[in-house]
Amino acid sequence: MHKRHVTNKHRFIGFVLIGLLVYILSNTVDEWKSFQGATIAVYVVAIASIILLTGYSGQISLGHGALLAIGAYTAALTQIYLHLPVWICFVAAVLITSLFGAILGLAAARLTGPYLAGTTLALAVGLPSIANQFSFLGGEQGISFDAGWPPLSFGEAFTQYKWFFWITSLTALIMMWWIQNLLRSRYGRTWRAVKTNEVAAELSGIRLARSKVLAFTVSAGIAGMAGALLATTINNVSPSAFPLALSFSLATGAILSGVNTLGGVMIGAVALVAIPEIASLVADRWSGSESVPSLLPDFIVSVLLILTVFLAPKGPIEKFRSRHVK
Amino acid sequence: MFELINTLLIGITAGSIYSLMAISVVLVWRSTRVVNFAAGGLALASSFVGAAILEKTGSFWIALPIAMVAGAVFSAFIEYFFLRPLLKRSGDKGAEIFLPIIATLGLLGIIKTILNYIYGDRVGSLPPPMSDKGFVFSGESIALSPMRLLILGIVLLLMISLTLVFQRTNLGLSLRAASFAPEISRLAGIRVDFIRTVGWAISGGVGATAGILQTTNGSGSVSPESFEFSLLLVFGFVAAVIGGIESLIGAVLGGLTLGIILAIILMYVGGSLVFIAAFLILILVLLLRPHGIIGAKGGRRA
Amino acid sequence: MLRIENLTVDHGAIRALRGVSFNVEKGQLAAIIGANGAGKTTLLRTLSGLNKASEGQAHWNDHNILHSKPEKLVRHGISHVSEGKSVIPGLTVSENLELGSLWRRNRSESAKSKKEVLELFPRLGERLSQRADSLSGGERQMLALGRSIMSKPELLLLDEPSLGLAPLVIEQIFQAIRDLTTTKGLTVILVEQNAMGALKIADVGIVLNLGSIAATGSAAALKDDPAVRAAYLGF
Ligand SMILES: Nc1ncnc2c1ncn2[C@@H]1O[C@H](COP(=O)(O)OP(=O)(O)O)[C@@H](O)[C@H]1O
Ligand SMILES: [Mg+2]
Repeated sequence: MHKRHVTNKHRFIGFVLIGLLVYILSNTVDEWKSFQGATIAVYVVAIASIILLTGYSGQISLGHGALLAIGAYTAALTQIYLHLPVWICFVAAVLITSLFGAILGLAAARLTGPYLAGTTLALAVGLPSIANQFSFLGGEQGISFDAGWPPLSFGEAFTQYKWFFWITSLTALIMMWWIQNLLRSRYGRTWRAVKTNEVAAELSGIRLARSKVLAFTVSAGIAGMAGALLATTINNVSPSAFPLALSFSLATGAILSGVNTLGGVMIGAVALVAIPEIASLVADRWSGSESVPSLLPDFIVSVLLILTVFLAPKGPIEKFRSRHVK
Repeated sequence: MFELINTLLIGITAGSIYSLMAISVVLVWRSTRVVNFAAGGLALASSFVGAAILEKTGSFWIALPIAMVAGAVFSAFIEYFFLRPLLKRSGDKGAEIFLPIIATLGLLGIIKTILNYIYGDRVGSLPPPMSDKGFVFSGESIALSPMRLLILGIVLLLMISLTLVFQRTNLGLSLRAASFAPEISRLAGIRVDFIRTVGWAISGGVGATAGILQTTNGSGSVSPESFEFSLLLVFGFVAAVIGGIESLIGAVLGGLTLGIILAIILMYVGGSLVFIAAFLILILVLLLRPHGIIGAKGGRRA
Repeated sequence: MLRIENLTVDHGAIRALRGVSFNVEKGQLAAIIGANGAGKTTLLRTLSGLNKASEGQAHWNDHNILHSKPEKLVRHGISHVSEGKSVIPGLTVSENLELGSLWRRNRSESAKSKKEVLELFPRLGERLSQRADSLSGGERQMLALGRSIMSKPELLLLDEPSLGLAPLVIEQIFQAIRDLTTTKGLTVILVEQNAMGALKIADVGIVLNLGSIAATGSAAALKDDPAVRAAYLGF
């Protein structure tokens, strides 16, 4: 089989097609499915930010939930205290989280493996709980974030969740377009070089620390956007929206997507949303024990994780490729 | 003054339990270079075993060793059936640490759901085997109780035994050699694969002790979604990293530092800042020493 | 005796050994020489079980040694001192030595071996409780050899023991290797880039080039063969 060249034009057409698909879907599905669709879009952005950091720059984060939290709180606070339009809240979320990511990255660039894992884990556990200490952060109830109603011109039937579905999907598409270009640019290649061989990269003139900090900054910015989108879909920002389990889920999503390539990002995002759904369907048939429905999703995710690590450690896409392109 | 001493006592007790958990993490890291998040799940499962034995026999002194053995067996099982095959197929570089972490996270999830399925809302009961009423000094009761004393005693005893095993026995020599130079150890005739499993087993036994002590020192009951176990998992891991992830002494120092500072913050600042404080302590230590208190950059100690 | 037939070893796509065959009699010291990248290390690593062979056979005392783990081959009397002073820096000198005899599970025998090692290398005796990373290069090489002797080997595989050492120290080490062969009846495979020094003490010599055997013969003959000298000894 000869190698096909995928050009940017092809990719753009792909993005437009996905956009069309989302548009069609949004017109056919109900409220709940729209909400799920929006959630998938949020996960796509969040998982992409992990893939950029781990798969390309080679740094580990078990604490992306905390970065999402920063984005979400920034968006909400910008709205509540500065009364700025929603899109500026989004931009603020990206900027502030990037700034935080840059600071964190300065520390992280000096850390390796378990030290970085420990630091990010502690961040994931620690950061959201700050909200309980300061009243302007709303404590356990949290603070609200309102992305607004759909424009009246869209008609009466245009529901709130459909609107969220649109906002999140469009943002996710734009972000993904930007990320995949970034990863193919000089920066993306530098990150890959550093990840593959730090010594060789340094010898060829790459500034290691700078490259790593930059990756952390960009990844954080993207995570901040994911956080703002998450706040959009749930209308609210509170510590309980960002438990350690969220960070673990995102890492899971990244592994299921194949952490080394951006292309599989949908797989992980869909899996995170679909698995609880499938689990409850299965559990419904499983009359008898009532604990099964609540336990099954976790169980399936855990088993999938282990299977992925064993059977397709480079992710499903690479697995498929290596099997069919020989 | 009284208050400060009490706070310190509480911190030292909690910290000594984190130290045990940290040792459990360190032992696995040393033997296979894996960050083991399943350790928390294993401690939880072993504590359930301990609670069951306690219920049957009524004796804490039978329950504790059996739980330790159970923890050791669980842990060795996981190493043998999951981690060993996983590490045999060495993967690509960036995923090197990430994949085992993810695998142990998956295992943690499986252990938790199994426990949840078996126990549901029922909790295992591990009441303090001794009085947890503080000793009374000039009319005021201090935070040191027979129970706390017992915990400190068990932790100390375990640490001394571990040190003796590592420094004075052939097994200890094999464990140290295998962890720092597996290839040379193989050439010297050490069965490195087996020694690694032993390392995991010891880690499981220590983790089980940490789990049981954490429960008796806390609410006295253990449940799959127990908050105490999240604390144990997170702080145990953070303590191990603070201590330099390779050093047993480092793990102890890390655990005690964390325990004491967190107790002070809990007492004088506010409960919700405990976790972020743990993060700040960690960042501070790592900024000063990127390889932890007992750093292991060039001159690794075996 | 060591019999190797048609041994072929690959590192992924790189073929490091191409159908190598030779024999070494019991009690002989065989020097294997050749340029950097010739496949010398690969040969030793395959004989000690660290690398897998793709093809061929290797027997030590009629025991098939391919497809066995290093820790098992040690129990069959094969001991490999790997390239670059193979000691464990974080352990003390004494611990490094004891490590070699742990598998024997026999305290008195180990103590006896330790005494022999310390007689062979008295300098180690003065540094027993020091950490191995505080030793000089020559002392480390002695320690590595000593650790290997603690395993009570019959076949000793030595990978460039002279690497990076001062000429005087090299002479000492080579002398010790020769003594071991003669007095204890060990069979030794000595891999060296220091071809002249190695051939001086060896009984037989084998020249490796790009994974194949280029010449074999008695060490004395090889040393004086003008073709070998010109092509592989560089003088
Ligand atoms: N681990 C390895 N992976 C890939 N190639 C290797 C590896 N080890 C050795 N080689 C290659 O095998 C060949 C022989 O190497 P080696 O046995 O180390 O030679 P020598 O010890 O004679 O210098 C060389 O071409 C080297 O590049
Ligand atoms: Mg070599």
